[in-house]
Amino acid sequence: VISAPHLHAGPTSRRMMLSVVVCLLPAGLWAVVRYGPPALYVLLASIAASLLTELAIAALAFRRFTLGDGSAALTGLLIGFTLPPAVPLYVPIAAAVFAIAVVKMTFGGLGRNWMNPALGGRVFVMFSWPVFFHASPAAGRADSLLRWIWNGTPGAIGDVSATLLVLGSVYLFVRRIIRWETPAAFIGSFSLAVWAFAGLPHGFFRGDLPLYLLTGGLLLGALYQATDPVTSPLTRVGRLVFGAGCGLLAFLVRRFGPYAEGVAPAVVFMNMLVPLINRLTRRAAC
Amino acid sequence: MLNLRDNPLLLYALGICPALAVSTRVDNALVMGLLVLVVLMGTTLVMAALEPVLPEALRLPLALVAAAGLVTAGDLFLRTYLPGLREGLGIYVQLVAVNCLLVGRTETGRRRLSEAAPEAFGQGAGFCLGLLLVALVREVLGAGTISLFPVGSFSGTLRIGGLAEQPVRILLLAPGAFLVLGYLAALYNRSRS
Repeated sequence: VISAPHLHAGPTSRRMMLSVVVCLLPAGLWAVVRYGPPALYVLLASIAASLLTELAIAALAFRRFTLGDGSAALTGLLIGFTLPPAVPLYVPIAAAVFAIAVVKMTFGGLGRNWMNPALGGRVFVMFSWPVFFHASPAAGRADSLLRWIWNGTPGAIGDVSATLLVLGSVYLFVRRIIRWETPAAFIGSFSLAVWAFAGLPHGFFRGDLPLYLLTGGLLLGALYQATDPVTSPLTRVGRLVFGAGCGLLAFLVRRFGPYAEGVAPAVVFMNMLVPLINRLTRRAAC
Repeated sequence: MLNLRDNPLLLYALGICPALAVSTRVDNALVMGLLVLVVLMGTTLVMAALEPVLPEALRLPLALVAAAGLVTAGDLFLRTYLPGLREGLGIYVQLVAVNCLLVGRTETGRRRLSEAAPEAFGQGAGFCLGLLLVALVREVLGAGTISLFPVGSFSGTLRIGGLAEQPVRILLLAPGAFLVLGYLAALYNRSRS
């Protein structure tokens, strides 16, 4: 902040949230087409639970109505995207209630949470009911890369169409609702690590890059979740550091950890370092 | 004086190391809480008895020696009569000797026994109750069971139908300990004000 007057011509949080929701919808609809009603039920359950939790807590604790900013709906949608379509419905509901009540509202609501609510909810259910998360991504390798890009990949609801996720994010990049640094560093460091180390028992630089990039929620995490303006750094250098850390950790957790994917724990962990990154990169140009 | 309102665990976050670590089962928490209560009371009695002849510089070292002696006695007792449970408590039994509740008590200055004993009892009992509460929430939600002690035909474990099949397992892990303790402390502080 330099000096008054501070003109505010940027997008409002309501418009930002709704833009992201609209950009995610094609991928969500395609997932419902591919997986059928179970995917729809998971998405509806997580969105409904998220909206109701926000409504109840905002009314009881803050005496305000906060559904209008659209952030609770987006959180619910993102939670649904990170879950496999076959989970029992208490999983999306528990994830949404935890995300809104514990991760977001406990710390004061939109803009005050230090952890991405959707990913916090996802991590909560992943550690609570690991059975549902073991076999989801990498269930099988498609015979051709083209078919994967066209038909979609196995895994969580949001993993189905990499194409639609990327297309949706183009609008958000153009409108500068998401900034390029985080996804670029995230995908860059992740790809580098996968290429160099993922094939390890057989040698260096033999990783299966398409498999790792197109499954396991990597694109969803890098484009839509790590870029959350509340929980990512304020400076350009900071966002590069943040994204690179996310990519590296996501690779380590996924390749060497017991879980099928590593994006959610990686981003949540890096969220914790955001205040530190902000402080260390304050002098750099933002 | 006896003060059960200022819960050391939920209000001052004293002694949270054992509280976070052993609160995965109700029986563990109960034994740990009672051990802390006994050691706290015993140390207070020993210190009060030695008070007239004790130089100031020796207060803390002597309190630690007394506590370590009582903890060793408690440890031997547990190994003899509750070996399985002693196994589950691990290193946290020995760590009671340097529990900050104990160290904090010796730092409160010279006290007559009639003053110190009710204070120590209040703190120990408060710690025990707080620990039981944390363990109850964590075990019921995180495992769907309540582990008590086998008596007669009762096997010692209550199962809560439904929850026992798919419990919220994260509450038994380390983050669950912090979540439960944090929210209980928040509720406790809110109810006091």
